[in-house]
This record gives sequence, C-alpha cells and structure tokens, in this order.
Amino acid sequence: MNALGWFQILLYLAVLVALVKPLGGYMARVYQGEPCGLDRVLGPVERILYRLCGVKSGVESDWKQYTLAMLAFNLLGLVVVYALQRFQSVLPLNPEHLGAVSPDSSFNTAVSFATNTNWQGYGGESTMSYLTQMLALTVQNFVSAATGMAVLVAIIRGFARKSVEAIGNFWVDLVRSTLYVLLPLSFVLAVVLASQGVVQTFGSYAHAKLVDPGVDADGKPVAEQVIALGPAASQIAIKQLGTNGGGFFNVNSAHPLENPTPTSNFLELLSILVISAALCFTFGRMVRDTRQGWALLAAMLVLFVPLVVATAAAEHSGNPMFATLGVDAKTSDLQAGGNMEGKEVRFGIANSVLWADATTAASNGSVNAMHDSFTPLGGLVPMWLIQLGEVVFGGVGSGLYGMLAFAIVAVFVAGLMVGRTPEYLGKKIEAFEMKMASIAILGPCIAVLFGAAVAVVADAGKAGVANPGSHGFSEILYAFSSCGNNNGSAFAGLSANTPFYNLALGLAMLIARYVPAVAMLAIAGSLARKKLVPEGPGTLPTHGPLFVALLVGVVLLVGALTFLPGLALGPIVEHLQMTR
Amino acid sequence: MFHHLRQSFLMLLFLTVITGVLYPLAVTGAAKTLFPRKAEGSLEVRDGVVVGSTLIGQAFDDPRYFWGRPSATTPPCNGAASSGSNLGPTNPALKEAVEKRIAALRASDPENPDPIPIDLVTASASGLDPHITPAGALWQVRRIARDRHLAEDVMRKLVDDHVEGRDLGILGEPRVNVLRLNLALDATR
Repeated sequence: MNALGWFQILLYLAVLVALVKPLGGYMARVYQGEPCGLDRVLGPVERILYRLCGVKSGVESDWKQYTLAMLAFNLLGLVVVYALQRFQSVLPLNPEHLGAVSPDSSFNTAVSFATNTNWQGYGGESTMSYLTQMLALTVQNFVSAATGMAVLVAIIRGFARKSVEAIGNFWVDLVRSTLYVLLPLSFVLAVVLASQGVVQTFGSYAHAKLVDPGVDADGKPVAEQVIALGPAASQIAIKQLGTNGGGFFNVNSAHPLENPTPTSNFLELLSILVISAALCFTFGRMVRDTRQGWALLAAMLVLFVPLVVATAAAEHSGNPMFATLGVDAKTSDLQAGGNMEGKEVRFGIANSVLWADATTAASNGSVNAMHDSFTPLGGLVPMWLIQLGEVVFGGVGSGLYGMLAFAIVAVFVAGLMVGRTPEYLGKKIEAFEMKMASIAILGPCIAVLFGAAVAVVADAGKAGVANPGSHGFSEILYAFSSCGNNNGSAFAGLSANTPFYNLALGLAMLIARYVPAVAMLAIAGSLARKKLVPEGPGTLPTHGPLFVALLVGVVLLVGALTFLPGLALGPIVEHLQMTR
Repeated sequence: MFHHLRQSFLMLLFLTVITGVLYPLAVTGAAKTLFPRKAEGSLEVRDGVVVGSTLIGQAFDDPRYFWGRPSATTPPCNGAASSGSNLGPTNPALKEAVEKRIAALRASDPENPDPIPIDLVTASASGLDPHITPAGALWQVRRIARDRHLAEDVMRKLVDDHVEGRDLGILGEPRVNVLRLNLALDATR
C-alpha cells in the first residue's frame, strides 16, 4: 500500500477523533434534558409524542421497569417485522411483485433487525418490497439503535447517581435518541449521499439497452440490463449511523448505487464509528469526569489501530497463488494492486481494509468488500474484532456498555492484585456486579462457540459451506461470531438462508443482544442504590494509562483465550497452507 | 406488562410514521429536487434510450470494447441481483477462474508482453463494479487500437481523458468508468 493509502487511514482516524467532543457533548445535553438547539424545533414533536403515547416524561423508573419496557418494545418490533415480511405480497409499494418471505427467513430477519444485528440471510433487491424495507427495516434501524443508546444512558446514570432506585425513563431516552440524534444526522447524511449518486426513488427497476449485447450461459441472447433501484439513501444513512449494517442491496455498501464514490465511502465509514466513539465523551460528561470517557476511547483506539495495520499488510501482499500466472498485483500510480478478489476499484485496498475493521470493531456489519475473499490473515482480524465482544467502539450504546462490563472486570482484577475491594467511579464493585459483568461477557461467547460447534457436526450446518477445507470452517465460525455478537457481516459464501441457520443464528442474536443488556441494567440498578465511596490512597485511578493498559489486557485475554483455538483451525491453518 | 405493551404499540406506531414514512419521503423529496438524475440511478440516455447507468458495470466481451471487471453474478453484471464470488483465497475454483480470465485476455491480444493488471482477472465485490484501474484500461489499448484501426496514441489519450482522480486528490483510487469510456470510443472516428 502506498503512502496515500496510509494517509487516508490516518485522515479517517483524525476526523473521527475530532468529532468525538462536539457530538459527545451534544448527546450529553440531549440525555440530561438540557437545551441542545434542536429542541426548539423538535420539542413540540417530542411533547406530542409523549401525550399520544401516554408517557409521563417527568417520571423515572427503577431498573426492572426500565428493562421490561425495553423488552416489550423490542418484542413488539420483532413481531411487526415478521408480519410485514409474511404479508408483503398483498401489501402496497411492491412494484416488482416480490412474494411473501418464508417463515424461517422472516423470523431470522425480524430478530436480526430488532437486535441491531442486521445479519442478512436474504438478498435485498430480490426479496424485500419497498414497503418492507421502509416500515420494517428502516424503522428498526432507528429504534434498535435508539434502544442500545437508551440502555447505555440508563447504565451511565447507574454509575453517576447515588442512593436512588430510578435510572431513567425508557420512552424518553428512546424518543430523544431518535429525534435529536439519529434522525437529524441521518437526514443530512442521506441527502449528501444522494449528491454522490446513492439512489432514492420509489420508481420500479430501470431497464437499459446494452451497448454490447451478449449471450448468457445457455446461449440465449442478452440485450437488456435490469437495474434494481429504490429508496436506498434514506436506509443507508441510518444503517451506517445506527451500527445496523443491513444494506438495501444484496452486496451492501459494495453496491455502486449504495456507495458510489470514495467521498460517499468516507462519509459512510465515518458514520460507522462516530456515534459509538462520541458516546465515550457523553459518558465522561454524565459521570462528571470526562477523563474517564477519554480513557475508554483510548483503550478502543489502542486495540483498533494495530489491527488495521495488520489487515492492510495482509491484503496488500495479495494472493501468492497468482504469483506465477503473469498478473501484475503491485501497487503503482495506475492501480492499487494487492488482493482485489471481492473488492471494488474505487476503494482499492486501503478503504476496503479500513471499512472491514471499522464495521467489525463496531457491531455494524455493513461491508464494502467481500470478507470471504480476504486473505486468511486479512479475514482473521475482522473476525477477531467481532469476537472481542463488539466493545472496540461496538454498537451504538451496546459497545460502550460492553466495554463497561470489561472495565468492571479490569478493576476487579486490579483489586485482587492488591487485596482491596475494587471501586469504579466511586462505586464499590462487589459480588453481584462481578457476576452480572461475567454473564454479560460470557453470554455471547457461549452462543458463538456452542452454535459453531453444533453447526460443524450437524449435516444441515455443513451443507451451507461454500469453500472447501479450513476456509469452510472459517465461514461457519464467522457466521456464529457475527450473530453471537450482533455484528451482521458474513463470510457470505455460506448458504445461511436455510431453516437450520435461520433458527440457530436467530437464537444466537437474541442471546447476544438481551443477555448483556439485561445484566448491565441490573448492574445499573445495583450501582444507583449504592453510596459514593470517597477516593482513597488505595483507589486505582481509572483515567490513566495504567488502567487503559489493564483494560486492553483484559479484553485481549478474554478474546484470545476463548477464540484462538477456533481461529487456529480456520484462518491460521489456511494461512499456513497458502504460504507453504 | 400489559401497560408496557400498550405503550410499546403506540410508540412503535408513531415512530414508524416518523422514521418509516415521513423520513424516507423527506429524503426522497430533497434528493429528487436537488439531484434529480442521481436520485433516479444515474441513468445514461442516448437518443431517448436508456443505455445503462454510469454507476452500474455492464458486461463487454467484444474485443473492440474495453472490458470491465469480471462479475460473479448470473448473467455477468446482473443489475437486479448483485453478488461477489465469495471464493476463499485458497479455493482451487478461484485459481481456475483467474486462469480462465487470463487465457481469454491473452487470446484477445497474444502479442501483449505486459503482465495483466490484477483487477482485470478478479471478480469485483458487487459484480457491478463500473470501473477498472487506469492500468487495466491501458493494458487493453493495443487490442482496441488494432481492432478499430485507430492509432494507439489516440486510444491512450482517450483513456487518459477518462481517468477519474482521487476525490479531493486524496480519497479512493484513480479509476476509469468503462461504460463512459466505451461510449466515447463509439463516438470516436
């Protein structure tokens, strides 16, 4: 990769970090009910919403009521998405007359979008009507992201408050996330994306007369190209910002009508991480010590940057199988070179690699290149970033509360070393918090390992594999890692639109979303009740480099111990075979 | 719980109106007003007939045209069903496919001594990549100049004129839009 490639990665990180404070500060004002600017325009809408829904916005609830409201809302969303898919053939806005989606696929997709995973077992343009894309998928993109943010804010209040039961009002947090954060950002992004060529229309698919007519595999003449269109820009903006990742088209943001230019790519890429990164600052503001938020962001960057470099090196080095075939894969002014199978020319190596790592570090899961065709080590890194628990930035809201679970474990480990009751942000971390943090961390790990183990033994699991050998195992491991951490990207060769995978992966997504969320809300309830302990000489400062190193160490240790054996059987074996 | 479900129902209903109906309609209105051609898919019209989208790759296999990226869709460059090959790096089928593409390119211009740029023999992510690298276009200049009885210099200049640089001089990679290039080629006498 040339200097300009590295510069693009640096520029991306610089812009991302520069946005953390302004956006993070804005979100802190939104969640603390302070004037944020937009409330002058949207305040009336917010109040009307509360009145129509019978929400008393001034009344907060304890963690149990908060959790029940969250679960009820998500359950209902799931049912609605399921129903819309099953009945889309008799509903309007279906110009291509697409039929009803099968029950297992509908279940999988409903779970997938309600849990902010956006795993896609289906091909967008050949499966979903415009109505389904809008009312089911786009809506869930908003509200599942807002759910994650609401849960995070409630958990932050648990840390920030003392000696109270109340941790917030779920409906208020949900509405404010949607109206003041996700909706305005999405609107601006969608219009800018449209300026780059992202399609936004309700018209039917276009038919083009080919310049050079050809013949298909059966020798029949092909003189026409059907071009799938649709209201894509509006959905793409929120799927990037809300770390959803579910594309309008089958190949997601690799599709030229979904991501047409390097500029659209930069903005979509920025949108993947910007809210999750900025929430670190929001966290710091709300616990009244912004250094705490910067420390968590620092830990995320320390994990992220070296892994980007590793992926870039792997993809740049290309595929040694082609070395003797008389092809030119060297980087020059005229081409990016490297491993171009499953990549687009306008993105080259640098932007494909950066996207792959950002989308898996966050639980976004959108793709602009096909991860299945990455080199073994180039594919290992995104898979491992998912397996780390989606805490390196992670999903909006869920990433940071996942990281807070690791922070609790980190202070506990530090406490063990010096034989003292651990504290975090002035709250004693005791047996209950440790149990819940462990459940939050281990729940998804179990879903991944158990699911992958069942799939490699079951015939229905093995039947889905597309590539032979160790790479086939990687496809299965990646699928369960992705769903078992609510990411949604895939080694897409795997034929996952089967009853077995639709059900097994659906279950993994449910565990990955709700086990950590409920466990962390329970921690929030317990912490909110506690008194503040004054900082003493034995307190571990949780805003310095020592704590960052400790936190990174705990994340890496859990990730490595749990998943290295699996990775050794997949990408590592394949790398050794390829370079033999 | 019933209380929560009732509020969930109302909340979902009204949020659906806002995010699922008003929001896409507002974006559509803004996009169609500000960028009418792009909102409709960047369609290219010649003599009243849509000949493609400048953002969607088209299959070319006539040696008198520039060829685009290989496509894993059926038929190639199927604009209604995008797909990558998803072939793993060590899959023998990948090597076989690449060798077949190399053979076809070599057969189209047997005397070309230069190694073939990698983007011409590997399938794109979408199956609809509208671009090739400048290297990939220049490699094909000899063949097209020969088959069209045009000077190689003229061809090379045509390619140069169609190279789109990095956005803002920084972002992305230099590239050539194959459909635009071929339409310009047909207009060249």
